[in-house]
Amino acid sequence: MPGKLKVKIVAGRHLPVMDRASDLTDAFVEVKFGNTTFKTDVYLKSLNPQWNSEWFKFEVDDEDLQDEPLQITVLDHDTYSANDAIGKVYIDIDPLLYSEAATVISGWFPIYDTIHGIRGEINVVVKVDLFNDLNRFRQSSCGVKFFCTTSIPKCYRAVIIHGFVEELVVNEDPEYQWIDRIRTPRASNEARQRLISLMSGELQRKIGLKVLEMRGNAVVGYLQCFDLEGESGLVVRAIGTACTLDKLSSPAAFLPACNSPSKDMKEIPFNEDPNPNTHSSGPSTPLKNQTYSFSPSKSYSRQSSSSDTDLSLTPKTGMGSGSAGKEGGPFKALLRQQTQSALEQREFPFFTLTAFPPGFLVHVGGVVSARSVKLLDRIHNPDEPETRDAWWAEIRQEIKSHAKALGCHAVVGYSESTSICEEVCILSASGTAAVLNPRFLQDGTVEGCLEQRLEENLPIGCGFCHIPYDELNMPFPAHLTYCYNCRKQKVPDVLFTTIDLPTDAAVIGKGCLIQARLCRLKKKAQAEANATAISNLLPFMEYEVHTQLMNKLKLKGMNALFGLRIQITVGENMLMGLASATGVYLAALPTPGGIQIAGKTPNDGSYEQHISHMQKKINDTIAKNKELYEINPPEISEEIIGSPIPEPRQRSRLLRSQSESSDEVTELDLSHGKKDAFVLEIDDTDAMEDVHSLLTDVPPPSGFYSCNTEIMPGINNWTSEIQMFTSVRVIRLSSLNLTNQALNKNFNDLCENLLKSLYFKLRSMIPCCLCHVNFTVSLPEDELIQVTVTAVAITFDKNQALQTTKTHVEKSLQRASTDNEELLQFPLELCSDSLPSHPFPPAKAVTVEKASPMGEGNFRNRSAPPCANSTVGVVKMTPLSFIPGAKITKYLGIINMFFIRETTSLREEGGVSGFLHAFIAEVFAMVRAHVAALGGNAVVSYIMKQCVFMENPNKNQAQCLINVSGDAVVFVRESDLEVVPTQQPTANCQPLCTEGEVTT
Amino acid sequence: MTSELDIFVGNTTLIDEDVYRLWLDGYSVSDAVALRVRSGILEQTGATAAVLQSDTMDHYRTFHMLERLLHAPPKLLHQLIFQIPPSRQALLIERYYAFDEAFVREVLGKKLSKGTKKDLDDISPKTGITLKSCRRQFDNFKRVFKVVEEMRGSLVDNIQQHFLLSDRLARDYAAIVFFANNRFETGKKKLQYLSFGDFAFCAELMIQNWTLGAVGEAPTDPDSQMDDMDMDLDKEFLQDLKELKVLVADKDLLDLHKSLVCTALRGKLGVFSEMEANFKNLSRGLVNVAAKLTHNKDVRDLFVDLVEKFVEPCRSDHWPLNDVRLFLNQYSASVHSLDGFRHQALWDRYMGTLRGCLLRLYHD
Repeated sequence: MPGKLKVKIVAGRHLPVMDRASDLTDAFVEVKFGNTTFKTDVYLKSLNPQWNSEWFKFEVDDEDLQDEPLQITVLDHDTYSANDAIGKVYIDIDPLLYSEAATVISGWFPIYDTIHGIRGEINVVVKVDLFNDLNRFRQSSCGVKFFCTTSIPKCYRAVIIHGFVEELVVNEDPEYQWIDRIRTPRASNEARQRLISLMSGELQRKIGLKVLEMRGNAVVGYLQCFDLEGESGLVVRAIGTACTLDKLSSPAAFLPACNSPSKDMKEIPFNEDPNPNTHSSGPSTPLKNQTYSFSPSKSYSRQSSSSDTDLSLTPKTGMGSGSAGKEGGPFKALLRQQTQSALEQREFPFFTLTAFPPGFLVHVGGVVSARSVKLLDRIHNPDEPETRDAWWAEIRQEIKSHAKALGCHAVVGYSESTSICEEVCILSASGTAAVLNPRFLQDGTVEGCLEQRLEENLPIGCGFCHIPYDELNMPFPAHLTYCYNCRKQKVPDVLFTTIDLPTDAAVIGKGCLIQARLCRLKKKAQAEANATAISNLLPFMEYEVHTQLMNKLKLKGMNALFGLRIQITVGENMLMGLASATGVYLAALPTPGGIQIAGKTPNDGSYEQHISHMQKKINDTIAKNKELYEINPPEISEEIIGSPIPEPRQRSRLLRSQSESSDEVTELDLSHGKKDAFVLEIDDTDAMEDVHSLLTDVPPPSGFYSCNTEIMPGINNWTSEIQMFTSVRVIRLSSLNLTNQALNKNFNDLCENLLKSLYFKLRSMIPCCLCHVNFTVSLPEDELIQVTVTAVAITFDKNQALQTTKTHVEKSLQRASTDNEELLQFPLELCSDSLPSHPFPPAKAVTVEKASPMGEGNFRNRSAPPCANSTVGVVKMTPLSFIPGAKITKYLGIINMFFIRETTSLREEGGVSGFLHAFIAEVFAMVRAHVAALGGNAVVSYIMKQCVFMENPNKNQAQCLINVSGDAVVFVRESDLEVVPTQQPTANCQPLCTEGEVTT
Repeated sequence: MTSELDIFVGNTTLIDEDVYRLWLDGYSVSDAVALRVRSGILEQTGATAAVLQSDTMDHYRTFHMLERLLHAPPKLLHQLIFQIPPSRQALLIERYYAFDEAFVREVLGKKLSKGTKKDLDDISPKTGITLKSCRRQFDNFKRVFKVVEEMRGSLVDNIQQHFLLSDRLARDYAAIVFFANNRFETGKKKLQYLSFGDFAFCAELMIQNWTLGAVGEAPTDPDSQMDDMDMDLDKEFLQDLKELKVLVADKDLLDLHKSLVCTALRGKLGVFSEMEANFKNLSRGLVNVAAKLTHNKDVRDLFVDLVEKFVEPCRSDHWPLNDVRLFLNQYSASVHSLDGFRHQALWDRYMGTLRGCLLRLYHD
């Protein structure tokens, strides 16, 4: 018996009236775990019952503790007929199973019913006593921590990043079982919710076991998804990155040696460098090697062995000498060797992380993706999910080989997704091919000094842009130039990635959200024929999406995409493609060329005129965008470069493939062959449409920026005001004139209007940036298109921005002379805590801290009226991994919730909009309540993974399934932490306060 | 292409004050959109009419969902579904319970019943307030009335505790509830010049002095079947008021009273001669009002009587307000010197309040 689960039911409030006669309710509670059930007494005639039950004790295996949810059912006692259910609460007790997370779950939980929604609240206390169990053959994996965050969580340090873990479990979907014909919708929904809860518990446990096998203690970037395959079953699958994490005991623990007054200070050297060229005047970089030898710090002995190897691998003269190819050659070979040894034991050298500890990411090759169209068949034996496993293994293999073709041994920013329509399923995987520093990938022993030198040689802010592949043996035709930052290595002219912008990347100006949108009609077909049709369409879609992205990127005057996510959705009679990414101008990459338009019929005068008019419009837009996003790269004369800058030209970073059930793997060359400049040929109306659509994307109103990554390049002075939101739109297409063009226009308008609405709604937050904008497209029915957006709006301070650019220049100037310090600080940088969260230079940090107590602090005090004890504690939610102006002090565990809501009175609930609006608000409420009960005050890395909406207005019915996840955390305002150290108690008690507020 | 579904849900519920006002004022979505367009918001923000329509719909839906909670404001504070900062919660509640002067004057003192609710159909066009808004305001009055009706203790405190209103608004509601309970007539033509503020002022004085809870005579035995303390006038007190009749019935007393007042005010009053001529009429009026208060019907007509018997005569003689004040002060105070009169305390309780009310009611 390795665990004792204890549950106490305290009270209820706001219960619904269950007895019409008395307008009251006789409520009691059933507490169920596994197969054991306890009941409280019936509390007669009250809507606010006080049960104050004894402690219900369940003695269970830790395996069950991990798999099973605690199930609390509130019922109305009825003497003569069956008791009526009021609603349920499922509590995932996983957070109580690891030592560092929550110790008690205590608070008010909304009582949820799949037909009626939230019906009052119940106050519950849950505790777990775990006994040590040294059984080596155990099936549980208690103690392995899970994080949704796709970077090393703040307040942890990555000792080793082990790599990819995946698992999937399958089952029959209760909705499709024969019994569903005779049971109520409520029973069916509850069976489904319970099953998915069980399956995700089991999945998490199995992944945990794999992590333990790898000697890790945590999973970072954990992404769990459901595939509702309908008749053929229910698949729950998850991927993640196994790590060994070290808890940083307190902020002070990593402050040592260098005496820097605040951790913010340390970030400067690595963090931001908007203007790298200010110190590129001298070839200072190679000299850094010499300074390295005196940096040993005990705790990081692995990298501190002295640099006795000769340094001749890197030219000391730097500029213009030799060819970058040769210079890079041996360098890369060595690196490759090293990394290979670290990675080759792994079946799949994949990492779900999108942000990395400094020094981890060496080079980035480009985006790799693979898709496969499959026909679903019934899963015959749930215990052997081999078919699905094999499908994914196949795709991963492809990704791996693509990465290899790009000269990379690893894939970062890796993710998998599916799109299902009837019996056809598109499996997709994508990531960014990369070369990694092996230092983090294995136990310290094997590491030589090589990688230290490598690190040192990598110029800050551009190293990751340098090509990892062999120049003479390129996987695709591409034009390379010398890096505009260090001028030593070769870089591509455009870079596409699925990861976040590295914090140390040198960027000019601001970034922006770039989307490519595309629809393709498809004939309705059955089974094989359908799958074939889809497979045939896919390459064209990928090609067009890619071209659109490239065009839009150029139109913005930028040269790199981060956070690229291409979603292909399959419907009955169409395919939709939606690609979102954040465009930036990387200082290391060449200035993008413009877009030329060429007509096909040069003799027609008016036509000619039209073309030149269009051309002018395009050029104007590019100029306007450059101004808008503050892209003004320094002019570089060609002599400095040492070699002529080749004509920039369209070239693909995207290696993709698609396959049908048969194993044919096609590689598509997305480059535009031999065309020198990027030319758009207008040879028919289609192309005209394309150009038009390029120009119809309206830039956000002034004061607004948007991106789909964690941080917005060029903005760093966030204030603490954040607003996370979800917006859903469904449009019905008029089925009459469905052409590809009309479809494209509809889809484009849908997305653009949605964005416009968001800007309008959030106008009070200006200046503000929409971060982590996440679009999801689904095709619930023939003529319906559904777009779901989740993002967070964060305000920033315009005035401080000006100030910081100044300090940046100063800092970067200083930096050249403070190499030593920088090196000393490097080990400290390893702690992820200082990663992307608070990119404040110290000067500014002070002002921020001064400003916030005025705003937030006072507000809180003021807002505590006489009845403060009764107000509900605020829980913030954000899709980002950090909270601006605050420090995450504790991770309480993963939140992974699945809800079904159904109605048979759609009109009465305000139609589809009213129904879904209420449901999403309820989902938010339940997430917040669970976080608050864990003692937390925020959810980070929040994501709505699924929002499946089905309606039948004729029957007045609708159903919706929502799956959300995130990390529950405790955060403390930086102002509370640092400005007034004497107020330490206040800062400490904040989580307690929240808890107190909630439990009252 | 038609929009089937269009929603926006924030972790913190967005409240647009302007749209909230339009919603409270009872405008339909399309009217609200038209009004917003007219306000120039499209030019300011560069939005399109479609965006405005979607935004307005969204806010209306949110308000509709919040309305259920606003009916019991403490629920808004405890609920978990909408995360709203406390300052915004207060704003939502305050605005929801705010009412229009024009509307409240129409229903003040009327029974908050279904019958009155039917009158709203007439009140709406008369006041220019939408029927929807009239209904909300009426329902608010009724809801507050129902909740505090059976409660003991201070009326204002009870309202504040159960509806979380600001002090000002809670006082106004206390007046509305008090008037509705005692059914004071306020709709007569000659009362039309009075504002809600005038009545609320009087209500407050009456609650403070004329109800059972007012004088600390509260029954110590909580089980006693006493009437509500703040809502109902003190019946015993009203009965006792008959005793004041002696002031006008006893000729000697009346003369003595008049000479005392006249002596004290001679030379101080611009309208002295008019006062002297009218003294007996005025005094008779004021004392008779008191004596009649035993009948419910006369209680209802209190304000009509006060205006008829005191305000109008004075006004027709063009008494300045200051002279009215001097007269009333002296009129009340002189009674203390009437040796034959034994009900000094009763007189003070009556006149103290009445003096305040009359001064407030005395204007054009």
